[in-house]
Amino acid sequence: MTQMMTPSSEAELAQIVGDAKGPLTIQGGGTRGMAVDGDVLSTAGLSGIELYEPGALTIVVKAGTPVAEVDAALAKERQRLAFEPIDHRGLLGTKGTPTMGSLVAANISGPRRIQAGAARDFALGVRFVDGQGEIIKNGGRVMKNVTGYDLVKLMSGSHGTLGVLSEVSLKVLPMPETEATLMVHGLDNDSAVQAMAAALGSPYDVTGAAHIPGGDAGVTMIRVEGFEASVAYRIEQLRTALARFGTEMSVSEDSNAAWQDVRDVTAFHGATGDVWRVSVKPSAGPDIVKSSGAEAALFDWAGGLVWLCTEPGTDLRARLGPIAGHATLVRGSGQARFHPEDAGVATLSQGLRQRFDPRGILNAGLMGS
Amino acid sequence: MEMPVPSKTVIARKSRVVERLMEVLPADRVIHDPMETRAYECDALTAYRCPPMAAVLPETTREVSDVLRICHQEGVPVVPRGSGTSLAGGALPTADCVILGVARMNDVLETNYPDRYVRVQTGRTNLSVTGAVEEDGFFYAPDPSSQLACAIAGNIAMNSGGAHCLKYGVTTNNLMGVTMVKMDGSVVTIGGAHLDAGGLDLLGLICGSEGQLGVVTEATLRILHKPEGARPVLVGFDDNEVAGACVSDIIKAGVLPVAIEFMDRLCIETTENFAKAGYPDCNALLIIEVEGSEAEIDDQLSRIVEIAKRHDPVEIRESKSAEESAKIWLGRKSAFGAIGQISDYMCLDGTIPVSSLPMVLRRIGELSEQFGLQVGNVFHAGDGNMHPLILFDANKEGDLELCEDMGAEILKLCVDAGGCLTGEHGVGIEKRDLMGYQYAPADLEAQMAVKDVFDPQWLLNAAKVFPLASSQERRADAIAAE
Repeated sequence: MTQMMTPSSEAELAQIVGDAKGPLTIQGGGTRGMAVDGDVLSTAGLSGIELYEPGALTIVVKAGTPVAEVDAALAKERQRLAFEPIDHRGLLGTKGTPTMGSLVAANISGPRRIQAGAARDFALGVRFVDGQGEIIKNGGRVMKNVTGYDLVKLMSGSHGTLGVLSEVSLKVLPMPETEATLMVHGLDNDSAVQAMAAALGSPYDVTGAAHIPGGDAGVTMIRVEGFEASVAYRIEQLRTALARFGTEMSVSEDSNAAWQDVRDVTAFHGATGDVWRVSVKPSAGPDIVKSSGAEAALFDWAGGLVWLCTEPGTDLRARLGPIAGHATLVRGSGQARFHPEDAGVATLSQGLRQRFDPRGILNAGLMGS
Repeated sequence: MEMPVPSKTVIARKSRVVERLMEVLPADRVIHDPMETRAYECDALTAYRCPPMAAVLPETTREVSDVLRICHQEGVPVVPRGSGTSLAGGALPTADCVILGVARMNDVLETNYPDRYVRVQTGRTNLSVTGAVEEDGFFYAPDPSSQLACAIAGNIAMNSGGAHCLKYGVTTNNLMGVTMVKMDGSVVTIGGAHLDAGGLDLLGLICGSEGQLGVVTEATLRILHKPEGARPVLVGFDDNEVAGACVSDIIKAGVLPVAIEFMDRLCIETTENFAKAGYPDCNALLIIEVEGSEAEIDDQLSRIVEIAKRHDPVEIRESKSAEESAKIWLGRKSAFGAIGQISDYMCLDGTIPVSSLPMVLRRIGELSEQFGLQVGNVFHAGDGNMHPLILFDANKEGDLELCEDMGAEILKLCVDAGGCLTGEHGVGIEKRDLMGYQYAPADLEAQMAVKDVFDPQWLLNAAKVFPLASSQERRADAIAAE
């Protein structure tokens, strides 16, 4: 019989981890499908914005703070989390409330990753409890910090296997005055990736480049953000720059909604099958789709992020063969969630897990072996 | 600054170690003559010097691997070195060490515009990375002020920043992959031309680890297309605090310049005498640069000027041409050189929340009076990365120590204000003994545990970053293991 523990302070969190007799599954909002066997340790009791300085572009929050609460606070000052975090609920059919800790723990990002970065790039500081119940801090709340090793990056994307986050500080950015998206119609995958490369290889500061395959109905989306006049100018420049692809172009009526669909992979919400997220260099994207045999695909990050929907139980990694990048199983079972690492890297990762969680009780088995 | 006592056992084995190194490298790339090793006795923190036992200059990853394997087998400490421009003593040798310099490794290995990356050997200088791609309209964004000389290897070791990182981020945000040789000689490849790690973010951990986890020999770097143009505006103020408040207001208004630089009166006057940039006579000035097309630049500058006007500026000088831009930047870029002309100085690197700028500048002024040493302030204001320059006389007995004591007080002040000891220079030996002020023992222990995993014998650059007392037991193990 598993139990659920919801500490209301960092000290209590440390006590629980230190005293734990068996494996713990670390839960933020429970929306990202990371549960493993063991007693549930929830961060829901560690909630609240501790400090927000709009003039310094920084916010410090307890790990269990709902993302929505932070979004609302930032919106009041016309600022935002620029890494555009995906909301996994639609894709995974989960309920609950995504938390700030999960953004860092799973290194979440979205379409703006290619221009602004991922959660790892915005995380300025962390406080966490390691596998022995020790409270550790790293980084801080300033935008430049090279004081000692960057454990903030190490914790970003460690999925709770090295420690349980109790507090994170993040850099935030101003919300642009407006945005617009140039829609290029009817490109095949190869041409679409070339068009996106051309857009990103321009001086127009593109903040999103995605392609939804579909033959003549396929659409390639190029987003720019900023002041109104600037956005209008850049859209026109991009239209000229992409004219050589010889297809019809339009400007999206609702840029914001279109990108929300890309971010949350809305196209796969109803579909059955496993969902994979493959990160490769953009020009390798089309070949990934070809060799995957997937029933549906979506390109983000100018082609460098390929979302695939495959028959349940498909061993996608075997189909793809060796790739320069990684394939993560986001929805489905039967395959390891994370891409197997090369021996040299796996040894280092294993060594780090051993040092931070020597008893192997934090999200055991979620990453590596 | 205390350094560990060199191992007599290691030094006694010098001829054998040199002989073995010459088996894997040509003789002219193994430097062991005491006259010649002096070329490696210090980096840009010149107050501290110590010739190494030997220095090697490998040209390939394979050679780096051979060198490290031999040093590992012989129990010889290794200090990696890029171009030796560290202001923190990151490449300071110990008498029992081998300096591993990557300066000969400067090839561009691959350039890929559609996927926007370049792969280089890490001895290549920062500016020549941009040099390799700029004809095609691209650039590598991190721009430390030593970019003409500093190597990518050192940039990665220190996670270097620069004036333009307010928009483009620092090294870690622009580094996509590395080939790294561990102390035991094994080679690992981490990351590549794709984004983010499939597992733990080892790349993010290696960047900024000050050459203590491995020697990075190749790097995949993100490149970007150059903006259509860039122009700055210079705004002069009568008061430091008002300038600080103006920075905060610009950021809050949703304009995100690529750079916001600050200079105080001492720096303004000194650079004016030196470089004749025509700066106004005022107590503080900001240089704020924006990018885009001509019209976009005009629009952003007008928004900034409008905000600046609310802060009683004594002068606003908006650049209208490349010449005017160069003139505005001239003083800022000559600031360190100009100060160096009038005095010895120590350059600090603490970072603070932007909101604390007025308070910290005031306190620095008070400390300056208390210690009787002048301080100039020139720094990246947009991200709170301060560079107080403490003026002292190296020939005057006790002045360096006084300067170091005052530096320590300023850095503690930065930490107290919610900031940190170093924003882009690194800890090295310079800030090593202050680490305990920012971090608790458990915090340092967690960092040292990382080094245990990568370099269990603590042979690689081991006397840096962590207070010697904290790392004592681990380093003692290294000596005992001989």
